[in-house]
Amino acid sequence: MSTVLNNLVNQPYKHGFVTDIETEAVPKGLSEDVIRHISKMKAEPDWLLDFRLAAYRHWLTMEEPAWANVSYPKIDFQEIIYFAQPKPKKQLASMEEVDPELRRTFEKLGVPLHEQKIMAGVAVDVIFDSVSVTTTYKAKLAEVGIIFCSFSEAVREHPELVKQYLGSVVPSGDNFYAALNSAVFTDGSFCFIPKGVKCPMDLSTYFRINTEGSGQFERTLIVAEEGASVSYLEGCTAPQFDTNQLHAAVVELIALDNADIKYSTVQNWYAGDENGKGGIFNFVTKRGLCKGVNSKISWTQVETGSAITWKYPSCVLLGDNSTGEFYSVALTNHLQQADTGTKMIHVGKNTRSKIISKGISAGRSSNSYRGMVKVGSRAIGARNYSQCDSMLIGDRCEASTFPTLDVQNTTATIEHEASTSKIGEDQMFFFAQRGIDSEEAISMIINGFCKDVFVHLPMEFAVEATKLLGLKLEGSVG
Amino acid sequence: MINKGSKVMLEVKNLRAEVGGVEILKGVNLTVHAGEVHAIMGINGSGKSTFSKVLAGHPDYHVTGGTATFEGKDLFSLEPEDRARAGLFLAFQYPVEIPGVSNSALLRLAYNTLQTERGLEELDPLEFEDLVHEKIKVVEMDPSFLGRSVNEGFSGGEKKRNEILQMAVLEPKLAILDETDSGLDIDALRIVAKGVNSLLTADNAVVMVTHYQRLLNYIVPDYVHVMDGGRIVRTGGKELALELEARGYDWLRAAA
Repeated sequence: MSTVLNNLVNQPYKHGFVTDIETEAVPKGLSEDVIRHISKMKAEPDWLLDFRLAAYRHWLTMEEPAWANVSYPKIDFQEIIYFAQPKPKKQLASMEEVDPELRRTFEKLGVPLHEQKIMAGVAVDVIFDSVSVTTTYKAKLAEVGIIFCSFSEAVREHPELVKQYLGSVVPSGDNFYAALNSAVFTDGSFCFIPKGVKCPMDLSTYFRINTEGSGQFERTLIVAEEGASVSYLEGCTAPQFDTNQLHAAVVELIALDNADIKYSTVQNWYAGDENGKGGIFNFVTKRGLCKGVNSKISWTQVETGSAITWKYPSCVLLGDNSTGEFYSVALTNHLQQADTGTKMIHVGKNTRSKIISKGISAGRSSNSYRGMVKVGSRAIGARNYSQCDSMLIGDRCEASTFPTLDVQNTTATIEHEASTSKIGEDQMFFFAQRGIDSEEAISMIINGFCKDVFVHLPMEFAVEATKLLGLKLEGSVG
Repeated sequence: MINKGSKVMLEVKNLRAEVGGVEILKGVNLTVHAGEVHAIMGINGSGKSTFSKVLAGHPDYHVTGGTATFEGKDLFSLEPEDRARAGLFLAFQYPVEIPGVSNSALLRLAYNTLQTERGLEELDPLEFEDLVHEKIKVVEMDPSFLGRSVNEGFSGGEKKRNEILQMAVLEPKLAILDETDSGLDIDALRIVAKGVNSLLTADNAVVMVTHYQRLLNYIVPDYVHVMDGGRIVRTGGKELALELEARGYDWLRAAA
């Protein structure tokens, strides 16, 4: 075979630097004492400590899930640092107070920390290791009654809301990683859109793991009340370490009557090197509850990073006429493994769901779509459309599709389409013979393949995603 | 035989090439002038298709000896995309499918790449739309093919016509048609041939690689070459093709 097919995979990871910043961390390992310590450092109310401890006790009885199509060495949960934060910890009123070293980090990452640079009015919450560093545009959002702040702040300032919704979509004992997160989560974003308010700008959170050996366990909670709507963006990177790092987040979305939540992710955690050394284990639970009638939750994700991705952003369609959507591009290269997809649980009448999944595998990677469409007996007239396309680049990678349909209602309409295509040397030679170089050819193929998903990304994310996929694949084909 | 006395476009001398460690071309000589149509015929395995792939620069094929110049430039020092940009076009024997990339997007990118190479203005999508709708008439294809993914779900004949559409848009100096006639029914063959004929000028040239004389009834060659065992063993005018049709290849193989 060709030497040519081996070259597109070797783009170095651009975000692999470590910021030399003093951090405060609890000693590694997990115990009730560590959890009490975290809770105390964050000056949390008792009910939250109880929530954590209950989750921890439940977690101790649980087994790590083994059903995903991924393999990795056993994780030693006592070797992980569960809490690390930049020093000093104090309330930051403006950008100017942010540690200059930290600011440089975010500049390198291209995160628009300075308010004046924030394009198109995106409000940004930045989570560095475990702590929220800054939330921009807070005051402006508060004018229309929107709460957008770090999770810790929400616990302090709006405990009644947090208490009401925390764990209401993803219960603390939902699964192994959700239980772990519930026990040790350190920060995250909280977003509350009151009744009738259309959020005037996109809200955004940027996550970064910095400390070696630390895990990141953030918690995101978004509530859209009756008739409210919001578009929320999430981006992630991490430095390059030889050891694996664990990221186990939980995201809960709640949409009440006629509310609309759009959640977009561009995930570019460090993926490990071309021999599979290092990289983030990304074990994330994301779930949205369409609680009210006519509510809508839409997930769009571009997953390009992480050594292992285990992630199924889901929708529970409880309210009548509610809609769930899942648009996903998952790209794996080198020795990355991804097992990702969605669950659409139809409970209410005339609920609709749509799944568009695009998997791109290159190198020696493994990329699986795993999805479930469940239609309950009360979900009269439910409809689902699923489309799962896989693209193989080269001949050493793997793509799998594991769709599950569980339909308990004869009035349901379910459609499922799937395709597999292959990009090999012949395609690349064809492009070359028409005068098109491999970089342009790849970008054209990827854009064509992913366009059904990219159209659902906010503009600046779509541009970033296109560039990112091109970089990730550079050198993997002719 | 006509020697048009025009400039040399392609000059191949003693070309040797291998694929997968097996030598296929064992000393090919060929000279093509602007304005000429050449046919290369021969049985399966004689090296015809290898010859076209080597000229275009397929990465699986390795030149082990000899030279080739294209308008005086050393062809083998150019990357495949640079050969294409210099005006060498290969119509593929088995056109590949490119899922997700529309025919018109591909054509426009390829066209604009060439325009840039030639120091000419790129066309915006609307201007290009006009051009391509004109060109598609050459191969009598429905414009709906432009919006479809390249070759995806096309019939064998549609794929071959699509290759000629690309040729029509890119206006190469030298077009190598690798068994463009295989798998075509008589109507499609007539359309493809008409398309190629309409593109011929005094400044470009065509090399057709084919098994059958049938194509040559429609695109009349100035020269017919017979390839066998990795060499051109006989060159003649168009009447040579008729002779091959009547007598088969064996008499030439015995002679070689």
